[in-house]
Amino acid sequence: MRRAVVTAASTSTLIVLLLALKPHHTAGPVGDAAQPGVAPAPTPTGRPHKGAHPADGTFTGAPIRTTYGTVQVAATVKAGTLTAVKVLRAPSGNGRDREIAGYAVPRLTQEALSVHSAHIDAVSGASYTSAGYIRSLQSALDRAGV
Amino acid sequence: MGTVFSFDIHDARTAAIDAALSDAVAWLHHVDEVFSTYRSDSTISRLARGEIALDACSSEVREVLDRCARAARATEGWFSPTPGGALDPSGLVKGWAIERAWQMLREAGAHHVCVNGGGDLQLSGESAPGTPWRIGIAHPLRPGELYAVVTGNDLAVATSGTAERGAHILDPHTGAPAAGLASVTVVGSRLTPTDVYATAAFAMGERAEDWLEHLDGHEGFAVLPDGRSWRTRGFPGRFADT
Repeated sequence: MRRAVVTAASTSTLIVLLLALKPHHTAGPVGDAAQPGVAPAPTPTGRPHKGAHPADGTFTGAPIRTTYGTVQVAATVKAGTLTAVKVLRAPSGNGRDREIAGYAVPRLTQEALSVHSAHIDAVSGASYTSAGYIRSLQSALDRAGV
Repeated sequence: MGTVFSFDIHDARTAAIDAALSDAVAWLHHVDEVFSTYRSDSTISRLARGEIALDACSSEVREVLDRCARAARATEGWFSPTPGGALDPSGLVKGWAIERAWQMLREAGAHHVCVNGGGDLQLSGESAPGTPWRIGIAHPLRPGELYAVVTGNDLAVATSGTAERGAHILDPHTGAPAAGLASVTVVGSRLTPTDVYATAAFAMGERAEDWLEHLDGHEGFAVLPDGRSWRTRGFPGRFADT
């Protein structure tokens, strides 16, 4: 993640994949790989794994291009269970908006926004980026054999 | 497929924050186990089937249902914990779970935190020293584009719309999918009410503008199906009025 590089160890980001609270009804990019209610995440009970234990280790997922930028995650697997997901690349930037002072009240601005130059920290609304996380994570899990 | 939650913490790392982060993740899994309507063994599913009584439920279940009842009153019925006729408090649970996770991190000493659950956000502090958070609002009609940016320090931001999952919010009064707005974003201080108000405003459609204008402590803006937009008067900033 670019910001993590800029500010070194003072920044941490954790992406957690889970919850069927509001499932996507549209077909997701990973299709059948994710079933409603099955959370490929570090639940205490873990996740059923196929066959013999896959190798422990950290597996880097493929970089996934989303409309908000490239997303790439690394998955750490222990004893067939996903124990951590680290975000290697995420579509947020840091730099252009240093001149913006802190605001006591939220401001709404409408700008000529190309997503790649928007320098935003997060997006409210459609979570296209989420699909990127899921796809990159899935590819990392595929490499891990989980 | 579930929802993606992310924690973006811009404080110096401490053992307390690390522990709180683990606790927050465990909390979200716990919420899923208790409240998911997609798990037949969840407390909510069993409650909906009448297998257990409300008295037998945990205090958090009773708290959520109590908040749902208050939310229904506050929104004149436009938010409903029984949107399709059956008990489904999901519309409140997600924001409530995110707000609680954010609070856990705050209590552990993390001041600059953004918790994002599928595009609904609770955040505090700054993105970087002297730099407020910048939250893009997805353009509901043009996938991949942003319609606007909300800038601030301590906010809850929730957007309801058709972009992510198609028409999924029902008008509780008619049972038909709400279609008056392409999306509506509500900004407040705490995500539990803010998310509920966004859901209710979306169900209201055209009436949401007047309702949000008179809602204390919250501001909102909406994009209409034809691409025009409106916002409440309390929303400062540059914005092309239409």
